[in-house]
Amino acid sequence: MDYLITEQQTMIRDLARKIADEKIKPVAAHYDETEEFAWPIMKILADSDLFGVYIPEKYGGLGGGILDMCLVTEELSRACGGIALGYAGTGLGTLPILLHGSEEQKQKYLPDIAKGKRLAAFCLTEAEAGSDAGSIKTTARKEGDKYILNGTKQWITNAGEAEIYTVVAITDKAKGIRGASAFIVEKGTPGMEFGKKEKKMGIRASATREVIFNNCEIPAANLISKEGMGFIVALKTLDTSRPGVAAQAVGIAQGALDCALEYSRTRVQFGQPISSFQAIQHMLADMGTQLEAARALTYATARMSDSGAKAMSKDSAMAKLFASDMAMKVTTDAVQILAGYGYMRDYPVEKYMRDAKITQIYEGTNQIQRNVIAANMIKEKIKK
Amino acid sequence: MNIIVCIKQVPNTTDVRIDPVTNTLIRDGVESVINPFDAYAIEEAVRIKERCGGKVTALTMGPPQAENALREAISLGCDEAILVSDRKFAGSDTWATSYTLSAAIRKIGDFDIILCGKQASDGDTAQVGPGISAHLDIPQVTYVKKIEEISDKLAKVERMTEEGYDIVQTPLPCLLTVVKEINTPRMPSLKGMMRAKSAKPLKWTADDIEAAPAALGLDGSPTRVVKIFTPQQRKGGEMMSGSTEDVARELTELLKDMVI
Amino acid sequence: MASITILLEKCTGCTLCIKACPFGAIHMANRKAVIDMAKCTLCGACVTACKFGAIELKQDAGAKKDLSSYKDVWVFCEQKKGFIQSISFELLGEGRKLADKLGVKLCAVILGDGLESKMDELSWHGADKIYLVDHPALKSYQDDPYTEVLVKLAQEYQPEIILCGATTIGRSLVSRVAIKINAGLTADCTELDIDLKERLLLQTRPAFGGNIMATIITPNHRPQMATVRHKVMKEAALNKAHKAEVISKRYPEEVFTSRTRLLDIVAEIGETVNLSEADIIVAGGRGLGGKQGFAILGELAKVLGGAVGAARSAVDADWIPYSHQVGQTGKTVCPKLYIACGISGQIQHLIGMQSSKVIVAINKDPEAPIFKVATYGIVGDVFDIVPALTREFGRLLKK
Repeated sequence: MDYLITEQQTMIRDLARKIADEKIKPVAAHYDETEEFAWPIMKILADSDLFGVYIPEKYGGLGGGILDMCLVTEELSRACGGIALGYAGTGLGTLPILLHGSEEQKQKYLPDIAKGKRLAAFCLTEAEAGSDAGSIKTTARKEGDKYILNGTKQWITNAGEAEIYTVVAITDKAKGIRGASAFIVEKGTPGMEFGKKEKKMGIRASATREVIFNNCEIPAANLISKEGMGFIVALKTLDTSRPGVAAQAVGIAQGALDCALEYSRTRVQFGQPISSFQAIQHMLADMGTQLEAARALTYATARMSDSGAKAMSKDSAMAKLFASDMAMKVTTDAVQILAGYGYMRDYPVEKYMRDAKITQIYEGTNQIQRNVIAANMIKEKIKK
Repeated sequence: MNIIVCIKQVPNTTDVRIDPVTNTLIRDGVESVINPFDAYAIEEAVRIKERCGGKVTALTMGPPQAENALREAISLGCDEAILVSDRKFAGSDTWATSYTLSAAIRKIGDFDIILCGKQASDGDTAQVGPGISAHLDIPQVTYVKKIEEISDKLAKVERMTEEGYDIVQTPLPCLLTVVKEINTPRMPSLKGMMRAKSAKPLKWTADDIEAAPAALGLDGSPTRVVKIFTPQQRKGGEMMSGSTEDVARELTELLKDMVI
Repeated sequence: MASITILLEKCTGCTLCIKACPFGAIHMANRKAVIDMAKCTLCGACVTACKFGAIELKQDAGAKKDLSSYKDVWVFCEQKKGFIQSISFELLGEGRKLADKLGVKLCAVILGDGLESKMDELSWHGADKIYLVDHPALKSYQDDPYTEVLVKLAQEYQPEIILCGATTIGRSLVSRVAIKINAGLTADCTELDIDLKERLLLQTRPAFGGNIMATIITPNHRPQMATVRHKVMKEAALNKAHKAEVISKRYPEEVFTSRTRLLDIVAEIGETVNLSEADIIVAGGRGLGGKQGFAILGELAKVLGGAVGAARSAVDADWIPYSHQVGQTGKTVCPKLYIACGISGQIQHLIGMQSSKVIVAINKDPEAPIFKVATYGIVGDVFDIVPALTREFGRLLKK
């Protein structure tokens, strides 16, 4: 389908596709197996300017928006959803600065991020604060011109690898969720440590670790926006980033569908390629249609975000929900089409299926997304 | 340091197929690309620039559409690009091609090092690089797999041989042809691609490079193609089956005379 | 200036020329052929293909030069560390045939240091004359002195034909010499013949990665120079009764100066990497799964006395160094026996090995394109079959 993207976006997509095909595909299985972080690929993405596509030109970027970021994430995910997350996770960690940071903060951090010199990470989740993000326990205590952070963030994407962390912590416990604030913490700050690397079902090339703050002192200038704005920053960040998760899901599904389609044309049973059987054809048709619908919703949401829309919780939740459920279904069907071969690690489809699962879980489980969607629908109805 | 990299636009061999019925080349949809060996020359040129400063000029001789190869070279880090194009060049063999390119290089004038891929994937001659250095009467080192040292005056390089490699020192200016082992070419960058889009490669004709008309194109080429034909395609032979041991024994028997 | 024209009154619109054009430069308009001049290289393929004489290729003939002073067939004989390379004997074998057809002498040209004792070897392989230039500066190949000496010899003795190996040395050397003496040079010939009427060397070579063959002549320039790939021609038969006249040439010192300096010659340690010399190559690809796979191939190669080759994917994955790579961006080989293990047979690989005499392919995918060129194909697991072959050949060869 032609989504009428701009010339520059076409260039971005084609370059990301070229890197995915030539550089990521050959090593995807390797990184999945070893669970190493794919630094050589991050270097390639950096040198190609892809980290800067959504960052304004005045900070060294290419001046595009969320759709540009989605196009890159989708193409990279086609080859490996785990490696793509090193890229997308940096986008998530950057958004608080991009959306709410001061001019000084932007000038200090965005140029390095745009060049891919430093990766970023977003730290919200804690052991007892998953879907219920309001019950985070990490604290930030103000002392003079410093904040002192204490607490442990869990399952942080890019932890240990990234150099710039945006962290949500409680500054005033009495105020509940209005007592949370967002901060920038640089790797290497005394009192900041990383826990062991998690062993995961999928996206195994992505680094997931605890980020531990133990009397970690940061300059007061690292506060993003104002005290008490932490949850607003977090929610706005997630509303903006969810199309990125949707794009990742679309990419993973496309990668699996490409394999299934190719395989069905070459696999011969009963004397003919299995693609000539209607049972397979109908599966392929459904996979292709669902995928295209998810892509259309993803791009539409990303465009809405880029047009400056204020309230888009419902729409970005819909995109993430639909695309990730689609990805799970399409990758499962791809394994089914490859059948016995699909279940073996010799073919990449079982990996796509493992990688797809996370998109239904992170940045808000799909159950939470449904809550958000329903709540917004009802709110809109009442308003009318 | 002024670096010149000579490149050629060639059909992508991955796309080249033979029509099984007519036994001729199918060229429909065959994409034109930078000769794969020249990509290593471009990358090495850009690395020398990054190491020593200076600029990289990409030079190609070819039809007007070869401009695309030059734009790609710019997206990969070349600073300037020159297309030498003229109907008078049609039919050039390696003698006339190297003459034409050397005339263009004389017009560029100031250069310290010329890089070429070891050969082009369509012609496979490996003659144009050495031909250019002969026309310019400058030293050459072919099949370079590593530049160990480089300064304004000297380069110390490793030249690949059948048995290993030679270590050769050459004064500058010189011409090097490079092999794949020398580097891994980078991906283009978005900023480079944007620069390439708006770049305007210089276009030089036979008159611009002040070339002797008798030395150009078909007339300037000592060699002439008199016949082009498709070789007999190799046919698949016997498929062997049976247990591993049986197959191994049978094959050993079949190949007995070749291995003793 | 040369030009090509379609003679519209003769063109029948049969489209034969379109099929013949290797550059996709011809199309039909109003049932007549039209040549796209931006793509045409004046190669003349369409002229020979047209059955109606409807395509005319004109070039400035110039004055027909008198080329009768050029005589004899020369073979540039390559030596390394004082040992004459086997390609030289292959070229003497081929050169003999050409010299006999033309009724001229076969001459060996050899440059080096302290080579007097090697003259018999060249005589016995059929050289009638040997031009020897012996000087310490010629001990190992260097572009400048070798070029200078060969240019001087050719200018003085005016050979009709010069043959040279398509080796790293040969290709570097004669490319320069051809420019300096204004001669035609054709690379990588796989077949040579003589057009006796015109006394022309017919040079046939693959182009487009072996997808097409081209026959090339040098009508108006002498010498006619060609490089020939290793193992394509048969070595000259040995005749110890044959005696050559040795012409030992001396030149002033400045002829031997070199701008480049050869600092060291490094042989790659260990196994026989020299793929282009090998009669037997055992090669592996992605199907080997890793370095261990190549260890298994190494055992088979050792038993067979062959070399180990590799497809690009295996080299890119760092399972084996680049010097082992066969194919478009690696080496072109034509051994007697090529055993491809776990290699799917992408066109870029086939280009590098499809002129091998016998190809054995082992691959678990029966659809792998490698089977289309294999003399013997085995569908199965490399890890079962290769060790079995090592055992069987070991038994046969008593190793």
